Amino acid sequence: MKKKHKSISYGKWGYLFILPFFITFFVFSFIPLINTIRYSFFEYYRSGIKEIGPNFIGIKNYASLLESDMLKYTGNTLILWIIGFIPQILIALMLAGWFSDVRFKIHGKQFFKVVIYLPNMIMASAFALLFFTMFSTKGPINSILMSIGITKSPIDFMGSVFGTRSLIGFMNFLMWFGNTTIMLMAAIMGISTDIFEAVEIDGCNRIQRFFYITLPLIKPILAYTLITSIIGGLQMFDVPQILTNGHGNPDRTSMTLIMFLNNHLKSKNYGMAGALSVYLFIISGILCMIVYKMINGKNSEK
Amino acid sequence: MKLKKGKYFTSILIHLVLIILAFMCLFFFYVLIINATHSHADLQKGFSALPGKSFIENFKNVANDGSFPMFKGIVNSIIISTSCAVICTYFSSLTAYGLYAYNFKLKKFAFTFIMAILVMPTQVTAMGFLKLITRMGMYDTFFPLIIPSIASPAVFYFMYSYLQSALPLSLVEAARIDGSGEFRTFNRIVIPIMKPAISVQAIFIFVGSWNNYFVPALIIQSKSKMTVPILIATLRGADYMNFDMGKIYMMITAAIVPIIIAYLFLSKYIIAGVALGGVKE
Repeated sequence: MKKKHKSISYGKWGYLFILPFFITFFVFSFIPLINTIRYSFFEYYRSGIKEIGPNFIGIKNYASLLESDMLKYTGNTLILWIIGFIPQILIALMLAGWFSDVRFKIHGKQFFKVVIYLPNMIMASAFALLFFTMFSTKGPINSILMSIGITKSPIDFMGSVFGTRSLIGFMNFLMWFGNTTIMLMAAIMGISTDIFEAVEIDGCNRIQRFFYITLPLIKPILAYTLITSIIGGLQMFDVPQILTNGHGNPDRTSMTLIMFLNNHLKSKNYGMAGALSVYLFIISGILCMIVYKMINGKNSEK
Repeated sequence: MKLKKGKYFTSILIHLVLIILAFMCLFFFYVLIINATHSHADLQKGFSALPGKSFIENFKNVANDGSFPMFKGIVNSIIISTSCAVICTYFSSLTAYGLYAYNFKLKKFAFTFIMAILVMPTQVTAMGFLKLITRMGMYDTFFPLIIPSIASPAVFYFMYSYLQSALPLSLVEAARIDGSGEFRTFNRIVIPIMKPAISVQAIFIFVGSWNNYFVPALIIQSKSKMTVPILIATLRGADYMNFDMGKIYMMITAAIVPIIIAYLFLSKYIIAGVALGGVKE
């Protein structure tokens, strides 16, 4: 507990200092949230230059979203997230294990750390445009593949469902595995060296040590990585949007939920956009609760 | 002896995997920069691993292109990202200090509230945000991209954790005895102490804002106000495979190379920041 100093007379400064945060939050997040929820119960869209509504229609927007392709886009978002996340967490665990093990002499450790984090800094939209250009039928990747004789005719990577999804997953993997590696490494370094010394004396080999000691001890940070990654995956937008020019081609198989929301916002269908936002709000609200519980648990342990 | 040999092979394996991963990370940027130095005609002949001679020419073409004002976009992005970094770090520190150093009735509630919205995606309020901005007459201006960054829960949390470890309350107490006002204490004593945290977060906020695409694309309409990601998206929307490819590569280079260069200088702090964070973005 903090010392009780002349807190009563200074309390008003506390309010004053946190006021800008709460005013900003209230105006730019809370009011928009309330309006989003409100409009979700209205028929409110633009057809041509005419504005229809707002007319109250109850939960019709929610119902028609369920009948629309929303569930398909939820599936797409999930698939795209998984394709990126699984290699990301596996590689990150492996690298974090290697980097934090003093018995491995890794040359250029700092160099590798800098390089693997680099893609995370890159503008996702520019990165996607770069991939689009490079993997197009006339692009340098096909040019390289043909010149070393792997393929005779150019491969249309973005013409197939598998190709497009793999490219998006690969980009997400590249952008995030460095970040995850560094976070997991910090967690492993935080484990007391006594524990490692003790199990070494007990004759535990490297693999046993990793699965029975390291993994269980970094479980909280692994769970945290998982949840924040799901939240990030739910927000997936820039990469598929730019790569497929907002269409989610081929046949909308790489259309994500936020791309769907963006389409409604761009076509000014506020009612539907509102209802979709509320669905997303509920899902992310649950995820937020989980993160809150985790961090709170961590703080009270201290 | 056998053990030593095994270790030797493991070491080779580790380095091999690391080299492959590093190659994957760097290869695309290498191709990008090489291709930005080639003319359109050269690029049509196929990929060449060596730099060409058209770097200056491509650069001039990008600079003089009125329909994709890339350099104006970079200036706009710098204005917005810098403002965000300054405003967000200052107000997040202020909020963190307010909750850390003072005791008041709603303190616990305020803290719990911020922690509850820590990872809430901004996209869920985008619809109401867009309507609100339009009503306030801020549509197609920079303000809606800058002002909301005052309320950044994740940055607040980082600052709060930092204060816990770096600012003893006795220091605040001492300043009070010396007659320093509360605001003065914050600006003259707390901010300098928080400098390491502020600089790390400023980098992340700058980069995040520089790369941000979803909200700016909803708000900004006029060409002269577009930021880099919107220009990139516009470029993708145009039938650009028929454009001058040398120019396209140069545009992408212009969008990402400034960040790569800044990253190389600041990588030490950035990586330390990521490791330190654990709990943030």
